[in-house]
Amino acid sequence: MNALSFANVSAAYGARRILSGVTATIRSGAVTAIVGPNGAGKTTLFRTALGVLPSDGVISILDHDLASWSREALARTVAYLPQGADAHWPINAQRLVALGRLPHRKPFAPPSAADEAAVTDALARCEASEFADRAIDELSSGERARVLLARALATSAPILMADEPAAHLDPAHQLSLMRLLKDEARRGTAVLVTLHDLALASRYCDEILVLEKGTVAAQGAPDQALDDATLARVFGIRALRVREGEGSAVLAWTPL
Amino acid sequence: MHGTAAKESNWIRFSGGRSRARVTFALLVIALALSSLSFFLGPADLTPYELVSGLFTGHGAAGVIAREIRLPRAVLALFVGAALGASGAALQGLFRNPLAEPGVTGVTSSAGLGAVIALYFGLATISAAALPACAVAGALVSAGILYLLSRAGAGVMALVLAGVAIASLATALTALALSLAPNPYAMSEMVLWMMGSLKDRTISDLVFAVPLTVVGIALLVSAARGLDALTLGEEAAHSLGIDVGSVRRRVVFGVALATGAATAAAGAVSFVGLVVPHLLRPFYGYEPARLILPSAFGGAALIALADIIVRFADPSEQLRLGVFTALLGAPFFLWLILRLRRDA
Repeated sequence: MNALSFANVSAAYGARRILSGVTATIRSGAVTAIVGPNGAGKTTLFRTALGVLPSDGVISILDHDLASWSREALARTVAYLPQGADAHWPINAQRLVALGRLPHRKPFAPPSAADEAAVTDALARCEASEFADRAIDELSSGERARVLLARALATSAPILMADEPAAHLDPAHQLSLMRLLKDEARRGTAVLVTLHDLALASRYCDEILVLEKGTVAAQGAPDQALDDATLARVFGIRALRVREGEGSAVLAWTPL
Repeated sequence: MHGTAAKESNWIRFSGGRSRARVTFALLVIALALSSLSFFLGPADLTPYELVSGLFTGHGAAGVIAREIRLPRAVLALFVGAALGASGAALQGLFRNPLAEPGVTGVTSSAGLGAVIALYFGLATISAAALPACAVAGALVSAGILYLLSRAGAGVMALVLAGVAIASLATALTALALSLAPNPYAMSEMVLWMMGSLKDRTISDLVFAVPLTVVGIALLVSAARGLDALTLGEEAAHSLGIDVGSVRRRVVFGVALATGAATAAAGAVSFVGLVVPHLLRPFYGYEPARLILPSAFGGAALIALADIIVRFADPSEQLRLGVFTALLGAPFFLWLILRLRRDA
């Protein structure tokens, strides 16, 4: 079953067309990276899948048309971590993560045991348990990023979409983020992330979707999707590769 | 507005749901106690027994004073305070800013303008509903403008400045209405009314203020969960299943109804919605949902207390309730800005 599929999806902000005829499928149990130059439409693709931005074409979630999903059911199915996510009130980390349980809670009901377990588990997996009691504005930007990711994980949704989750992380935490996302995929979740770091994308993701000016330039395993021709055409770069297993991974890049 | 809001103090953490419920209950009890005290205090030399029996029987001078003067004033204090406190908490949640408040954002002065228009054009003499209706309409226009600005992506500072502009415009139009007033008595009546007071209110003021306030606060409470989710920003709130547009509409309508009703009944009373949520955060934390109902009770207690103080500070009541709250609230507002600057 495809977790998420886009069939000929187009979207625009007013007169400015961002996506034109995107067709792609996202598998459950895999980490899919969306890469592409700035303005390629990566965030816009997320926004169409969330129904925030109206689109033409067909978007299916767990093989059901997006339009057929109720707001509540969709919230339990797709967890989303926006780009540059932040908290607007200095609430403590644990309570912030608990906001991820809102789709599972009835209005005015206190958190259930399952809610509490999900929050504790999400904090632990994001290595954020030690500052669970601290106010979010007392944390470093890397710690805050981990708490915000825990918020998205706490929803326990079968689809996780994260926009630039690696942006504020130091190199070691970037690696633990990628391990965490892989682990999440192993539990059966369809993990969809946008990344600017092609090395992270090629080494830690199962599948790559390359967007260029609102269209799909390539999709497939990292080796194929990030081949020399695509990198040259889409990014204007040449990759320096390192042999990994049976294939090779992008390590660094230089101008053409 | 992470970084600018004050830090959550450490001693909040041990207060779980049960102790929050206790604080909320205590606020309600304090509000009711102050309101009762307000009922028993006044220039007429009557014992509590005379007043209570007057209230129930309606006989004699005590009956008239209890029913026509003391009761409306005591009850109105509760509802005006509750409306303003809850509106402040909800607006702060919607704008994600601890400086938002009906007075600061121009909602109160716009409600005042609506009320002055009702008085000026004589609408208030045609129907008793005209004054509250015009006040709610005025509040709705200003809250709606702020809502549209926030939808268009205006930042927090832009919204606060827009509130300043709306307040100035409303004040200017009110001044225009006053200088065009048909006779000097009408003018002085309007000026005094705008200063905010609970003096000489009648049961008919309650007839509109109570239901409008109750419906307004109910709307705000129904938006509470969405306001919590908005802590994470609009897109994240949307992804959590929150209809962000509906949350905004509920807050705008709820604030307009509650603030409009409060302003129609008591004139311009500012800063209650700013001070009360701030004082309660040490007990409740920062999630907007938790603060709405306690802010209503806290606001009720504050106005009941303030109304007792203005009567005792000067029995002739030259010190108006709205003037008194502004004298306390405006310096508090400045202090809060300084503190937020320092924390940022």
